[in-house]
Amino acid sequence: MVRIDGRGDANSLIRARGLSKTYQRGSEAIHVLQGLNLDVDAGDFVAFMGPSGSGKTTLLNLLGGLDVPSAGSVTVAGDEITRMSARKLTAWRARHVGFVFQMYNLIPVLTAFQNIELPLLLTGLSKAERSRHVETALAVVGLADRMHHYPRQLSGGQEQRVGIARAIVADPTFLLCDEPTGDLDRKSADEILDLLERLVGEHGKTALMVTHDPLAAERARVVLHLEKGVLVDTVTAGRAR
Amino acid sequence: MKYGHLILSGLLRKKIRTGLTAGSFAVALFLFAILAVVRGAFQQGVDVAGADRLVVLNRVSIIQPLPLAYRDRLARIPGVTQVTFANWFGGVYQDERNFFPQFAIDRETYRQMFPEFVVPDAEWQAFLADREGAIVGEALAERFTWKVGDRIPIRGTIFPGTWEFNIRGVYRGQRVQDDTSQFWFRWDYLDERKSFAKGFVGWYTVRIADPDAAVRLVKTIDELFANSPSETRTDTEKAFAASWVKQMGNIQLLLLSIGSVVFFTLLLVAGNTMAIAVRERTRELAVLKAVGFSNGFVLTLVIAETLVVAAVGGGVGLGLAKLFTLRGDPTGGLLPFFYLPPSVIILGAALALAVGLMAGILPALSAAKLRVVDALRRV
Ligand SMILES: Nc1ncnc2c1ncn2[C@@H]1O[C@H](COP(=O)(O)OP(=O)(O)O)[C@@H](O)[C@H]1O
Ligand SMILES: [Mg+2]
Repeated sequence: MVRIDGRGDANSLIRARGLSKTYQRGSEAIHVLQGLNLDVDAGDFVAFMGPSGSGKTTLLNLLGGLDVPSAGSVTVAGDEITRMSARKLTAWRARHVGFVFQMYNLIPVLTAFQNIELPLLLTGLSKAERSRHVETALAVVGLADRMHHYPRQLSGGQEQRVGIARAIVADPTFLLCDEPTGDLDRKSADEILDLLERLVGEHGKTALMVTHDPLAAERARVVLHLEKGVLVDTVTAGRAR
Repeated sequence: MKYGHLILSGLLRKKIRTGLTAGSFAVALFLFAILAVVRGAFQQGVDVAGADRLVVLNRVSIIQPLPLAYRDRLARIPGVTQVTFANWFGGVYQDERNFFPQFAIDRETYRQMFPEFVVPDAEWQAFLADREGAIVGEALAERFTWKVGDRIPIRGTIFPGTWEFNIRGVYRGQRVQDDTSQFWFRWDYLDERKSFAKGFVGWYTVRIADPDAAVRLVKTIDELFANSPSETRTDTEKAFAASWVKQMGNIQLLLLSIGSVVFFTLLLVAGNTMAIAVRERTRELAVLKAVGFSNGFVLTLVIAETLVVAAVGGGVGLGLAKLFTLRGDPTGGLLPFFYLPPSVIILGAALALAVGLMAGILPALSAAKLRVVDALRRV
C-alpha cells in the first residue's frame, strides 16, 4: 500500500510525515517541499513524476538520508533517520539504501567488479564472500561476462546495470533511483526498467524511482506527482500484479 | 589491504601528474640528502674530535711554528697525560689537483694519541724502522691504488725539493666518519732534511686526564707561554675543528636556507596537486559517501594517497642519493668524508612523509567536508 494522506499505519516500511525542505538562495527562501506525507510498504515500486525543479531529487535525498529536512520526519523500518547524527546516518545508508543515479556515477578507474564491490568493503565479509556477492549481483543484471571491464569500455545501458548491481549488492532495504533511464536510449531504458521490475517482482525489493518518462512510470505499481511541495493525485498504473 | 586498490587507482588515474609529483619529492629528497652529506663532510672534523684532546697553536697564526722544547714543558703540566706534535707539509703528488693532507708526525707518540686510526703492529714497526717510511689512510691508498712497499715522490712547496717516501703501512678508521685520506711520514726525517725552522713543530696535541678541566687547562697552557717569543693559542680539538668549518663561511645557514626553500616549494607543489586531484573527483568522493563511506574514511583515503606519493618519491630520491655517495667524494679530495648516514636517511624519510601529510591535509579536509547532495548536483 502507498498512501499520501499521512494515515498509513505503523507497518509501512518508509514513512514521511510533514516533510518540508526550504532552501535559502540569497534573501529568497525557496520552499521546495511543504509538509509532504508518504507511506510505502515493503515490496512496493513507486514512481515520482513532476516538472523539473519540483523537488523530486530533494525528496529522494531526504528519504535516503543524504540530506536533512527543514521540518518533519522520515522513519524507515522503525528507525527515525531524521533524528540520527551524521555519523550514524552514514552507517545507516550503508546498510539500508541502494542509490541508482542518472549519471551512473561509477568510478572510472575501477573495474565493474570493483565498483560493485565498494559497498561490501564496509561490511565484515571476507574477500571470497565479497566475490560471491558481486558475482551474484553481476548475474542478476546480466553482466557476468563484463566484470573486468572498465566503465569506459561499457555502453550506457551496461554502465547503468553496473550501477544497479552496486546498489543491490549489499542487499539494502530499499532502492532509490533518480532518473535511472534519463540518459539512455529507448532500448537500453526498457532493459533497465525490465531489470528494476524484476528486482521488485522476483527478488522482493522495494524501489522508489524518479522519472520524466511516462513509459517508465507505467512500469511502477504506483505513480505519484509532486506539485507545489506535496504529493498529489495517486494514479495507479494499469499493470496490477 | 582491503582498500589498497582504492588508493592505487586514485593515483594511477593521472599517471603523469602522479609521476611528476613523486618526481618533485625525489628531487627534493635527493637534494636534501646531498646537502646533508656536504654538511656532514664539513662537520666531520667536529664530530670526530676527541673530547679529551687540546690543540696548541702559535698565537700569531696557524702557519707559525712552535719550538720543540715546548713538548716537555707541556708534558709536565698537571692534568696533561700525553703530548704529541705534527707539521703540515703541503706537498704536491704529481698534480696540484691530487690534493690530500700530508703530516709529518712524531713517531713516538702520534699513534697513541689518535687510537681511532688503526695501524697493524707489524706495519707500524716497519714505519719506525724506515726514515723515509710513510703511513697512508685506506681511502687515500684506494684513490691512488697504492700498496705497502710503493715509493711515492712528493714535491715540497713549503719545504723545497722532491721527497720520496716508502709506504710502510695503511691505517683505517674505527668509525666511518674517521678521515682516512691522510698521508703521514716521520717528523724527524723532515727536521733533518729541511733547511729552516729546525727544531720547530707545527702544533701540539695534548691529552688531558679530565675533559671537564679543559677550560682551566687551556688557560694554564696559554699563560705558561705568555710573554715568550712563541706565545700559544690553545683550544679543544672540537673548537679547533669548528673554527675551521667557520672559515668556510656559514655553510650550516646556507644549507638550511636552501633546504627550507626546497621543502616549502615541494609543499606548495604537492598541496596544489592534491587539491586539484580532489576537486576533479568531487563526484566520485560524493558517491563513496552516498554508498556509506564515512567522512573520516574519505579523509584518510586522500591523505594515504599523498603519503604513498611522498614515500615512493622520497624513497627514490634517497636511494639515488645513497648510490651517488657510494661512488665517493665527487670533488676528488676536498670532502674526504662523503657519506650518507642512516640517520639522514631516516630524517629524510620522516621529512618526506611530513610534507606529504601537510600537503594532503587541506585537500583531505575539504574532501571530508564535502556534502554529498551538493557534490552530486554539480555537473
Ligand atoms: N542546495 C540548494 N540550494 C538552493 N536551492 C536548491 C538547492 N538544491 C536544490 N535547490 C532548488 O530546489 C528546487 C528543487 O530541486 P530538485 O529537488 O533538484 O528538483 P527536481 O529533482 O525535481 O528537478 C530547485 O528549484 C532547485 O534549484
Ligand atoms: Mg532531479
